[in-house]
Amino acid sequence: MDMKSANRKLSLKDKYRLFTRDLGWEPSYRTREEIFPYVQYEGIKVHDWDKWEDPFRLTMDAYWKYQAEKERKFYAIIDAHAQNNGHLHITDARYLSALKIFLQAISPGEFCAHKGFARVGREFPGVGTQVACQMQAIDEIRHAQTQIHALSNYNRFYNGFHAFAEQRDRIWYTSVARSFFDDAMSAGPFEFMIAIGFSFEYVLTNLLFVPFMSGAAYNGDMATVTFGFSAQSDEARHMTLGLECIKFMLEQDPDNLPIVQRWIDKWFWRGFRVLGLVSTMMDYMLPKRVMSWREAWNIYGVENGGALFKDLARYGIRPPKGWNDAEEAVDHMSHQLMLGLYQWSFGTAFHAWIPSDEDMDWLAKKYPETFDRYYRPRWMHIRKLAAAGTPFKNYGLAKLCQCCQLPVVFTEPGDPTLSCHRERVHQGEKYHFCSDHCQALFENEPEKYVQAWLPMPQLFQDLQGDLTAWMDWVFLRDGEDNGDYADSLDRRNFEAWRAMATSNQ
Amino acid sequence: MQIDLRTVSIQPLRNTFDHLVRRFGDKPASRYQEGSYDIQAAENLHYRPTWDPEQELYDTGITRIVMQDWYALKDPRQFYYSTYTLTRARQQDSAEASFAFVESRGLAEALSDELRRTALDLLVPLRHAAWGANQNNTFICGYGYGTAFTQPCIYQAMDNLGIAQYLSRLGLLLGGTEALEAGKAAWTSGDAWQPLRRYVEDCLVLRDPFELFVAQNVALDGLLYPLVYEALVDDHLAGRGGSAVAMLTQFMSDWFAETGKWVDAVLKVAAAESEHNRAQLQTWIGAWSERAAAALLPVVGQVPGAEADELVGERVAAFKARLEKTGIAL
Repeated sequence: MDMKSANRKLSLKDKYRLFTRDLGWEPSYRTREEIFPYVQYEGIKVHDWDKWEDPFRLTMDAYWKYQAEKERKFYAIIDAHAQNNGHLHITDARYLSALKIFLQAISPGEFCAHKGFARVGREFPGVGTQVACQMQAIDEIRHAQTQIHALSNYNRFYNGFHAFAEQRDRIWYTSVARSFFDDAMSAGPFEFMIAIGFSFEYVLTNLLFVPFMSGAAYNGDMATVTFGFSAQSDEARHMTLGLECIKFMLEQDPDNLPIVQRWIDKWFWRGFRVLGLVSTMMDYMLPKRVMSWREAWNIYGVENGGALFKDLARYGIRPPKGWNDAEEAVDHMSHQLMLGLYQWSFGTAFHAWIPSDEDMDWLAKKYPETFDRYYRPRWMHIRKLAAAGTPFKNYGLAKLCQCCQLPVVFTEPGDPTLSCHRERVHQGEKYHFCSDHCQALFENEPEKYVQAWLPMPQLFQDLQGDLTAWMDWVFLRDGEDNGDYADSLDRRNFEAWRAMATSNQ
Repeated sequence: MQIDLRTVSIQPLRNTFDHLVRRFGDKPASRYQEGSYDIQAAENLHYRPTWDPEQELYDTGITRIVMQDWYALKDPRQFYYSTYTLTRARQQDSAEASFAFVESRGLAEALSDELRRTALDLLVPLRHAAWGANQNNTFICGYGYGTAFTQPCIYQAMDNLGIAQYLSRLGLLLGGTEALEAGKAAWTSGDAWQPLRRYVEDCLVLRDPFELFVAQNVALDGLLYPLVYEALVDDHLAGRGGSAVAMLTQFMSDWFAETGKWVDAVLKVAAAESEHNRAQLQTWIGAWSERAAAALLPVVGQVPGAEADELVGERVAAFKARLEKTGIAL
C-alpha cells in the first residue's frame, strides 16, 4: 500500500472536508430535533447543509500558528507603547473621548459577539457552518481582550476609562450598543447571523473600524492602531462568513427571502443608529480628522454597500428600507448627536466640547448644505452662553427611543428644522421612538421591545431623580470623568505631561 | 554592566479598572484578570431570548450548580487568548515535527500490518468523539455563566477540533482516506463503538452547562485519555514496536495533562462552595463516569492482547483517586 501517493492526491478542498464536515455523523440514538432545538422556529428552511460553501479553509494547526504570530507582535507593540509613555504622542487628549466610548460601548459588543457565535457555533446542524462560527467565537474574545489590553494603559493616566464594565451595564448611552447586541443574541441563530455576521460585520464594519482605526493612526495612537491592524485579517474572515451565510439562506429556499429581507431592513437600521456614535467621533472628537462622516458614508456605505446590494439583487434582495432616510440623515446626524452629547455631558464618562472656529470651518466645508445653515448658529449660541459663564446644560433627561435607545434628537426626513418624534400606545403603555423605522421595528416585535431596559426611567424609578446617587450608581466621578473638555483634569494633565516630555521646564 | 535608560516618569492616576480593584485590591492587574473578570454583561439585560423565553440572556439558573460568584472558577493556567494561542502554537510546532519525523523516516510503513490495523481501529473513530467534545465545549462556552468559567471552554472546544484533525491526519498517514471511511463506519455501526457513540449523543442533548462539563470534560475525557493514550498507545502499542504511533499522539497526552489541571481546579472550587454542589457533582460524576467506563470497555477490548477489564479497572481507580483530591468522593 502506497499511502504517501494516496495522500498527495487529496486536494486542499477535499482535505479540509475530511478535517471538518466529515467529522460529523447522522445521529441515531437521539434525534436531530433534540440536538439542534433552535433551528426551526424562525421559519428559515434549509434542505441541505452540505451545500454550505466553506468561506475560508483554516485548520486548527494553521489557526494557532498565524494567530500566535499576530499576538506576539501585538503585545510587543503595546508593551513598548506603555513603557515609553506612548499616550503622550496622541494629538491631544480630546481624542480620548472616542476611545472611552469605544471601550464602554463597543468592546463589550465584541464579547457579545463571542458568546453569540459560540451559541450558533453549537446550534447550527452543519459542521462546516459550526466550525466557521466557532472560529469567529474565539476571534471575538480575542478582540474584546486586545481592546481592553490596548486601552488599559490609558486608564492608568486618564479619566473615563476606569468603570467601563459597570458603565456597560448602567450608563445611558452604552445601552444603544448593548440593546443592539442583546437584540441580536436574543434572536434565533439565523437572525443572529444576519444581524452580526452580515449587517454588522459585512455592511457596517468598514464604517466603524476603518474610520476608527485610521483616526487612531492620524492621531498618534499606536496602541489602538495596532489592535486595528491585528484584527484586520480576522475581520476579513468574518466578512466572508457573513456573506456566505446570507447567500446560503437565500439559495436554500425561496421562502427564506421575505424573512431575510425583513432582517436586513431591521439590522441595517439598528446598525445605522449605533453608528450615530461613530459619526460624532469622526466629525468632532478626532483632533486630526481623517475624513468626514459623510465622506466615509460615501465610500463605505454608498459605494461598497451599493455594490453589495446590486450583487444580492439576483436573489431578489433589495436595499434596506431605511437606506434613503439614512442617506439624508448622514448630513445631520453627527451634529445633532454631538449637540446632544454636549448638553448632557454632565452625565457622560467622556468629555464633550464646543468646536473651535477652525473646527467649524472644517465642518462647514465638509457639510456645505447643512452645517452653516443649521448647526453653526447653535454652536455659536452655546459658545456665547459659555463665555457669559452660563454654559448650556440640559438637566432635563433625554427621552430615549424605545428601540435604538438614542435620545430623540433627530429631525424629520425632509425638514431639518422639525424634531422627529413618534409615539404609540401598546397595551395601555406609551412608547417613544426617534423615527418611523424604529417604530416599525417595535411594531414587528412588540413583545420583545416592551422588555427594553431604559436607563432614564431607571433614574426615576429607583433613585427618585437624585443625580448624585445616579452618578455613584454608574461609577461616574463628577468633575473628573464628565463635563467640558476645556476645564477637565485630562486636559490639564495631558498638557503638563507633554510639556515635561518635550521641554526642559 | 547594567545601564538604566531613562524615560520621563509620570505618576499614574490609578492602577487598574474599578471592578478589578474591588476584586483584587488597588494594584496593577494581570492581563488574565483584565481580559476575564466581569467582561460579560451582568445587569439590565434588555430582552429575553426568543429561543427560550424562560431564560435570561446570561442565566445562572440553567444549571443546578449554584455559585455565589461564578468568577471564582478561575483557570489556574490563566489562559486568555494570547497565552492560549502561544502555548498551542508551540505544541503544534512539536506535533508538526513529529509528523515530519515519522513521514520522512518512513516509520509508518515500518509498522507491522497488525499494529497499523490496531492503531487505525482504535484511534480513527475517536475523531468523531473529539468532534462531539468540540460541540459540547462550544455549548458550555455559549451558555455557561461568567467568563472565568466559559472562556477556557472555547479554547477546549478548539483543542477538541484540533485533536479531531490530528487523528484525521494520523488516519490518512497510516491508511489513507479508506481508513477514515472505515473509522466512520465503525463509529456509526461497529458494535465496539455504539455505547460510546450513545454516550456522546446523550451529551449533545444536555442543556445544563455544568452537567455537560462533568459528562464531557470530567467523566469521559477523564477515562478516555488515560486509557487510550497512556495505557494503550504509550504503553501497549509502544511496547510492541508502535512508538511511531505514540509520537503522533504526543499532543493528546500533553494536552490531557495540562487541561486536567483546569478541570480539577473548577471541580475543587465548585465542590467547596456548598454541600449542595458537592452532592450534585458526586451524583453526576458517579453516574457519568460509570457510563463512560462501560462505554470504553469494548473500545479497549478490541485491541489485541489488551486486558480490557483490568485496564479499565485500573484507570477507574486512578480517576477516583484524582477526584478525591478535588474533594469529591465517589
